[in-house]
Amino acid sequence: MPDYQTHDFDVVVIGAGGAGLRAAVEAKERGLRTALVCKSLLGKAHTVMAEGGAAAAMGNVWPEDNWQVHFRDTMRGGKLLNNWRMAQVHAQEAPDRIYELERWGALFDRTDDGRILQRDFGGHRYARLAHVGDRTGLELIRTLQQRAVSLDVEVFMECKVLRLLKDAEGRVSGALGYWRATGDYVTFNAKAVILATGSVGKAWLYTSNSWESTGDGHAMALWAGADLIDMEFIQFHPTGMVWPLSVRGVLVTEGVRGDGGVLRNSEGRRFMFDYIPAMFAAETADTEEEADRWYDDHIDNRRPPELLPRDEVARSINTEVKAGRGGPHGGVYLDIASRRTADYIRRRLPSMYHQFMELAGVDITVEPMEVGPTCHYIMGGVRVDADTEATTVPGLFAAGEVAAGLHGANRLGGNSLSDLLVFGRRAGMAASDFAEGRTGTPSPLVSEVERAIAEAEAPFDRQDGDNPYQVHQDLQRTMQELVGIIRTESELVQALDELDKLDERARRVSVPGGRAYNPGWNLATDLPAMLTVSRLAAKGALERRESRGGQTRDDYPKADAELGKVNFVQRLGAGGAFTITPAPIAAMPAELQKLLEEEPS
Amino acid sequence: MAEVTMRVWRGDPGGGAFTDYTMPAVEGEVVLDVIHRIQAGPAPDLACRWNCKAGRCGSCSAEINGIPRLMCMTRMDSLPPEEPVLVAPMRTFPVIRDLVTDVSFNFEVAKRIPAFTPEPAGPDGTHRMMQVDIERGQEFRKCIECFMCQDVCHVIRDHEENKRAFAGPRFFIRLMELEAHPLDTLDRRQLIHRDMGIGYCNITKCCTEVCPELIHITDNGIIPLKERVVDSSYDPVARLGRRILRRRAPAPADDVAVKSAGN
Repeated sequence: MPDYQTHDFDVVVIGAGGAGLRAAVEAKERGLRTALVCKSLLGKAHTVMAEGGAAAAMGNVWPEDNWQVHFRDTMRGGKLLNNWRMAQVHAQEAPDRIYELERWGALFDRTDDGRILQRDFGGHRYARLAHVGDRTGLELIRTLQQRAVSLDVEVFMECKVLRLLKDAEGRVSGALGYWRATGDYVTFNAKAVILATGSVGKAWLYTSNSWESTGDGHAMALWAGADLIDMEFIQFHPTGMVWPLSVRGVLVTEGVRGDGGVLRNSEGRRFMFDYIPAMFAAETADTEEEADRWYDDHIDNRRPPELLPRDEVARSINTEVKAGRGGPHGGVYLDIASRRTADYIRRRLPSMYHQFMELAGVDITVEPMEVGPTCHYIMGGVRVDADTEATTVPGLFAAGEVAAGLHGANRLGGNSLSDLLVFGRRAGMAASDFAEGRTGTPSPLVSEVERAIAEAEAPFDRQDGDNPYQVHQDLQRTMQELVGIIRTESELVQALDELDKLDERARRVSVPGGRAYNPGWNLATDLPAMLTVSRLAAKGALERRESRGGQTRDDYPKADAELGKVNFVQRLGAGGAFTITPAPIAAMPAELQKLLEEEPS
Repeated sequence: MAEVTMRVWRGDPGGGAFTDYTMPAVEGEVVLDVIHRIQAGPAPDLACRWNCKAGRCGSCSAEINGIPRLMCMTRMDSLPPEEPVLVAPMRTFPVIRDLVTDVSFNFEVAKRIPAFTPEPAGPDGTHRMMQVDIERGQEFRKCIECFMCQDVCHVIRDHEENKRAFAGPRFFIRLMELEAHPLDTLDRRQLIHRDMGIGYCNITKCCTEVCPELIHITDNGIIPLKERVVDSSYDPVARLGRRILRRRAPAPADDVAVKSAGN
């Protein structure tokens, strides 16, 4: 077996997107020996691609806004399946986290009186997203990166983590990974580990996610014995690019609609007026005139239907295209050119302007964009305690997209960046508490290290196995076609069957070359996690016999009140079999319940 | 069927050479798409960095036909169709493998820059800044750290020895961002002068030309930064004023030592 080096820390954070960086900053400020381990270079994590903004009820544009309204919007957007305590904490703490970024050097766009400007987004009653043009994620990650560097957090870049390591008592006590540059193995001994590994989108064919989003944290938590919930809830962002094919799935920010853009079908109709669900009828405009007035007057007018929550908009686009009212490349039209001046568009949406001009040869100040749904986000993930982000395994914490609960069945745009900050910080605090309270030196079992290294090495020993790229592409096609935006029992059963075969093939992949910076091998080591999260998603989708948020079942088109009271919990049972069981959602305190019942005035 | 030939540098710190890969041409593709198809086909171990594939993360920098560019934003149809497309790693940084270079120099420079140090918040606990006062800083904060400005900078491109004394364009705009920040209280001018090597730059603007974010690195960053440093170092009135008033706290570390030595 190859040798490996070992590092000792109090807190090890896996993943250096917004949540991981914020968690590491917190633990380091507490004076703990803190390591930040990431699969790419620092500052390149998927957070960098977030565009529109971070939702926080600061009330800078609409003084009527407050945490109670933000809580209500988040819960309704999540179809009430959210962990209410997370939604409450998130809404209450998000403003402080934004102001904190400003003290660390972030330069958000300003209001006329010099405060942080906020923009409109889908599902939010008031303009609530702190932003920097359409590159808010870059601002967030750079600010946190610079903060972490100034605190001297130890950063281990381009290190892929393969497994969490436990001690004899079952506590998470470290992690095993390898350096991408050399292929050499490394273990981190830790008193507490925080997962902040982000998404799973690379298991789907058309996705806004980067190559890193392979569900590593989801899978490692499952393998370590943690509970996962809500894995059936996948968000398909309504507006991804559809052409050229090579950029299909690349995100087009919701900010285009927040800033006045509208969706039209091939007949020129603003079709979203045809898809206003009963749940949102009271707060959604039903004429174009009212919708257009809303941008300047949120009090006496209702929101345009283009700004319904993402699940509603994505489904509607899907329906329009299926009905033959789509564009030449299978999308619909997103038009801001006819509604705003070229100057305004270039100032508010500079990255979108650049992206379409460079990649598609489309000038968005002159012509509409063609867009369609793209796999964007997973609401489900590791089950955590709302206040501490502790998972069900001692010593393991999770924050950001890898954790579940805040967003319920569907996430509102803008709630992800604030999620990272609020719960990244809380995970850092709780993991620090845990590390400080833990006695003795963490001593992970060596047998786990040996087994995982042997598994990682295996592709080099085979000669004529499958190509990992081929297995990955077939997985993406399977998930896209069978566990996509609209699901049905027969296809989900077929998907699970296909996943069995892909599992077999993944076990037989072979790679040429050595271990040093070998992308073929890197992909081979990503496949087990991708296959695991794909199975969790398919199983969850099969079990939840209803349509709600990011789960749409053709064979169960309505929401089921009883299923609205449970999360589906998945874990590894004895013998390595997956189990799935419903768990009741905790009852909400009366004062929060009351916030949901109040209709907007 | 139309084809494209990619002439890709392959090798490691011990050396390497260009290898040709001829692939079918596909409409609308960028260079990175073809590199990905080479990985999925003839060369699964071809090393390259990438993340977002949308020009946001600055990972896939390479020298395409001799010019530093992001592979994800360089359309194949913008390159001469009849010639092989030359793809090489950034030359200023040591090769790790194939198109991947060791850019740790940049992360080390970042550690030497004293952090943003704001003045206290207003009575309501927040800061006020006007949009017009932060626009310059926002321009610099568009930087995606692709490090192509560092790659093309002749001060360090073929002069490894200068790296010790020179921060490079990426960090000059970072420093100018801090200098221009309405709330920052530190004075980093001596540091910029002595440790960051602003004087090495002789304004050839190569950095500005390759910036994928179209940041005016030279005009808005380096030149104003040079002016500030000159004012602080050589203007006798300013020097006297600085001694008497000490309006801004000096930057910590090396600079403090220099001052106490009787500067």
